Amino acid sequence: MSAALPREPGSAEIAALDAQLQRTWGTGRGLWERLATVDHKIVGRRYVITGFAFFVLAGVLALLMRTQLMKADHELISPDRYNQIFSMHGTTMMFLFAVPIMEAMAVYLVPLMCGTRNISFPRLNAYSYWVYLAGGVMVWIAFLLNVGPETGWFSYVPLAGPEYSAGKRTDFWAQMITFTEVAALAVAVELVATIMKQRAPGMTLARMPLFLWAMLVTSLMVIIAMPAVMLASSFLISDRLIGTHFYNPVEGGDALLWQHLFWFFGHPEVYIIFLPALGMVSSIVITFSRRTIFAYTLMVLALLATGLLAFGLWVHHMFATGLPRLGSSFYTAASMMIAIPSGVQIFSWIATMWDGKPRFQSPLLFVIGFIVIFVLGGLTGVMLAAVPLDLQVHDTYFVVAHFHYVLIGGAVFPLFGAFYYWFPKFTGRMLSERLGRWNFWLFFIGFNVAFFPMHILGLAGMPRRVYTYPSGLGWESLNLLSSLGAFLIGVSVVLFIINVMRSLRVGEPAGDNPWDAPTLEWAMSSPPPPYNFMHVPVVTGREALWQPGPRQVLEGLSPSHREVLCTTALAAEPDIRQPSATPSLWPLWAALATTVWFIGSIFDARAVVWGAFPLAVCLIGWLWPTHPEPFRERSPA
Amino acid sequence: MNAQRATGLRTVGAIALTLLLAACSGKQAALDPAADQAATIGSLWTLMLYVCGFMYLLVLIFLGNSLWRARHVLSAEPVIHGSQSTAEKPLRMALGGWFGLILVGLLVLSLGSFLIDRSLANARVDDALKIKITAAQWWWKVEYDAETADKRVVTANELRLPVGRPALLELQADDVIHSFWIPNLGGKQDLIPGRINSLLLTPRREGDYRGQCAEFCGLQHAKMAIDASVMKQSDFDTWQQQLAPAAAPSTPEQVRGHEIFMSGPCIACHQIVGTPAAGQTGPDLTHLASRRTIAAGARPYSFEALRDWLRDPQTIKPGNHMPQVQLSDSDLNALTSYLDSLK
Amino acid sequence: MKHQIVGDVASLPDAAFSHRTLIWWGVLGFILIEGTAFVLAGGSYFFLMNHTTPWPPHRVPPDLLIASCFTALLLLSEIPNVWTDRVAHAERLIPTRIGLAVMTLIGLALIVLRWFEFQHLNIKWDENAYGSIVWALLFLHTVHLLTDWVDTLVLTVFAFIHDLERTHYSDVADNCLYWHFVALAWLPIYGLLYWVPRMLK
Repeated sequence: MSAALPREPGSAEIAALDAQLQRTWGTGRGLWERLATVDHKIVGRRYVITGFAFFVLAGVLALLMRTQLMKADHELISPDRYNQIFSMHGTTMMFLFAVPIMEAMAVYLVPLMCGTRNISFPRLNAYSYWVYLAGGVMVWIAFLLNVGPETGWFSYVPLAGPEYSAGKRTDFWAQMITFTEVAALAVAVELVATIMKQRAPGMTLARMPLFLWAMLVTSLMVIIAMPAVMLASSFLISDRLIGTHFYNPVEGGDALLWQHLFWFFGHPEVYIIFLPALGMVSSIVITFSRRTIFAYTLMVLALLATGLLAFGLWVHHMFATGLPRLGSSFYTAASMMIAIPSGVQIFSWIATMWDGKPRFQSPLLFVIGFIVIFVLGGLTGVMLAAVPLDLQVHDTYFVVAHFHYVLIGGAVFPLFGAFYYWFPKFTGRMLSERLGRWNFWLFFIGFNVAFFPMHILGLAGMPRRVYTYPSGLGWESLNLLSSLGAFLIGVSVVLFIINVMRSLRVGEPAGDNPWDAPTLEWAMSSPPPPYNFMHVPVVTGREALWQPGPRQVLEGLSPSHREVLCTTALAAEPDIRQPSATPSLWPLWAALATTVWFIGSIFDARAVVWGAFPLAVCLIGWLWPTHPEPFRERSPA
Repeated sequence: MNAQRATGLRTVGAIALTLLLAACSGKQAALDPAADQAATIGSLWTLMLYVCGFMYLLVLIFLGNSLWRARHVLSAEPVIHGSQSTAEKPLRMALGGWFGLILVGLLVLSLGSFLIDRSLANARVDDALKIKITAAQWWWKVEYDAETADKRVVTANELRLPVGRPALLELQADDVIHSFWIPNLGGKQDLIPGRINSLLLTPRREGDYRGQCAEFCGLQHAKMAIDASVMKQSDFDTWQQQLAPAAAPSTPEQVRGHEIFMSGPCIACHQIVGTPAAGQTGPDLTHLASRRTIAAGARPYSFEALRDWLRDPQTIKPGNHMPQVQLSDSDLNALTSYLDSLK
Repeated sequence: MKHQIVGDVASLPDAAFSHRTLIWWGVLGFILIEGTAFVLAGGSYFFLMNHTTPWPPHRVPPDLLIASCFTALLLLSEIPNVWTDRVAHAERLIPTRIGLAVMTLIGLALIVLRWFEFQHLNIKWDENAYGSIVWALLFLHTVHLLTDWVDTLVLTVFAFIHDLERTHYSDVADNCLYWHFVALAWLPIYGLLYWVPRMLK
């Protein structure tokens, strides 16, 4: 250990180190270098942009549906096309937008917030993105070629089975599941390892920002929940392609097996989307209230409780299937209990604002919108948990209203808040505050105009997933209103895109920390340098950057090799230095091999076997143990 | 200015009220109950609405208050030690109160839900009218007294119930999952291939209601309605007696239509009791003309609608399983006349 | 904002074993994922069983002999597996090479046995739901067997043509951990496929 510590690095030393780290961690401009990059920020940015593109596409589908439903007996879209459209809307929003974009934000932010130089498994991360992209592109091309999914995002059997969904439509859907789940699971594992092992020294569990807690719980939920849908969709595709009978009641199968497996995943899925958003909300509330969060420990417990309870409620999607009544009561109680952690969190955010010094800028506006909308959605969720009431409103527009309040209110509003909040970090420029306000108010008003009437429509007997409805049932004016609201949301999203495009060129330069935020991602320049942190930051309190005095850092990570510091899992004490993967094209090749394998098996079941060989070759190439050239110059003898 | 605002508010209020009324009344509305089950669920809804509305109001007040307080504050150093703030203690107490309130609210609601669920499950069924309903893409087969062959009455896409008498529906599906739902009468129940579910309805108010498949079941899920009516026991008995074998064709035109039907592909799928037609894959047509709709509610019944349907079933309800049969205009008229005579 | 360098991490080791490394956490994550899949597949087995009597529908459970040999060999393989884990932790080159080679050979033998096991299930996957779930469970386990065998093979080849550093010994130890999982996951599946139908008789 050098005797001269503590010391302040001189500017010449900093410049030299910066140049060396740029060489070690930088991604060149050439095509191959871009394809081979394993920089979590570049991969994360691609992930976010792709996810947002799918959001826009699914939004366009929503507008098509709202156009069709604007009038009774409207014959703009054929039933066949409409069914594909609503199936693609749900599928895209859930599998290609909501979960991926939350994980994408985490891929970008978690290493920065932890204070480390890259994500735990950078190549797996790159692979995850390519696989996700391939799956999304595949199902959208299929849709445009009129072989899009037609049985809803939930693909209930037997409707989705071999007998009632002939052709390849549902096969593409089932393989899209496999693609996106592989991608999501890979990211979940990376995030758990990053959060457990790569936190900056001093960032004990009790000092972890709530966003990291939220992502940790979310990743664990992904790990437990997603295998269920992979299993379910594998059973489905094998029923369809090689004649198994998992869901065929005639040969001893059971259609409800699908529903159990699907909702065992499908309900936690909602919280997998929602918990990261809660983490974003906490970050924004703290920064814009300029106060530490009220009741931090309770907030963490609330996240954990939500994660646990989420696995106890899947049956409330199945109350109408004729399950034993006593069992249903258990799920009613469990479903209602989830209101407790949510209620505590809502209270804590408002309390933080109440006692803080709120600045009403766009990110906080979206958070306030989130509270107003989400709480209403949560309360209708409590209603749906009651078996008798659920039997009335299940599969009606009431439910459509409910889950849009929960998902748009609970996830998309925080996400837009997060876009406004972190855009300066991602790009180095601020988004326009004026357009931000327009964006918010149009979204907020449009949302409520579009979705509030649906509660009434559901009670007035309008079922979901209908391509048209007759006049005379009192549904016309509410549907028209709803469609107008939907177009307002469309305008608002266009404004957001304009805002982004404009700000990328002429936005006000952001500086390192424009909001005076307390977490580590604001410690470096915006956008961050390829190596994130020149020195390893040391964390001395829960709000790292708000601590008084000079920022403490550690030196000694290799400037010439990719190396990250691992700390102990609980106390975050420096433990070992670990090499971090270098750029490689193997993840891309492996993703292509995976794509050939998955798509091939749609057309020929034997591809399940032969398709595995190219992938195996790629994986061996990727994982072939390298001879590390460890950074020895200053290692002890 | 104020007067204008008041008028504006009144207009908004009037519109909101109209919209709410739209939900609260109608022949396919959950909050316009015509049976015990829907009424009981309606009372649970009211309880939910009040409790949840109260909680929502509290959140909005707290949120509004916290934003209102923020007016005074411009900018200051961040509060790093929030737990040492003077507001910490009152906020903690408020959180405790809020926590308790949520617990009490949830307790009330789950208890209410549980009790109502039990009362629905424990309803008397011994003298219930037993009806077997089989759903298929995209229509409903309805059978009364299915066990006793001589009294068995088969119809399609219509359900008639005597007022005051519990009806026990036995629900099955032939192909994919459907869900039976007549909101004015009660909650929904899925029809799942390979399983038998049941649903009890105790109608209390005479009238005409409408139900609709509530589980996505493919192409024409949107056009799979069922026409329900609750009637006096005497009217119901008369209707059941009338459902004897079909009327014989009386006019020459009807006779010709009868021949077309019996010699064409129609009999492969449809049954007309009292004639050789005994197909089972499509709806029973014995008393087709007494129904108020055709094609599971796709159109109100009329001679013209029926003729349009026969000319090309695929325009009214694209994708349904009835193939188009090429008929000359005169054959078409004859066939329609015959079917129109099946009162 | 001023930075103050307060320490130096260069003296920390650059490789370690088990939970101190990132890879170990990754392996743990994947074990958790696959373990969940096994549990859910087992749950599906019971779910389908509850709707079908008799079980199996054609009353002929899979043959015991080969599966039991497979199980015995898999359990015995834990002995060299634990030993390999130890010598890898001790960073001893020659014993590690031997351990890896033995594990590769055992893995190969198990794969051969598994091939015959498939032939003696007395049912095809497309006969009924029972056949489907039996094949699914066995297939799921076989995938793990194969992947871990390929991983072992790659490590063995590498170990014989290179000198190993601590990071490679750590890889070997992680591979041993994964083999524990493959072995452990088999036991409930073995019970489900071979003994549950016999107990129902």
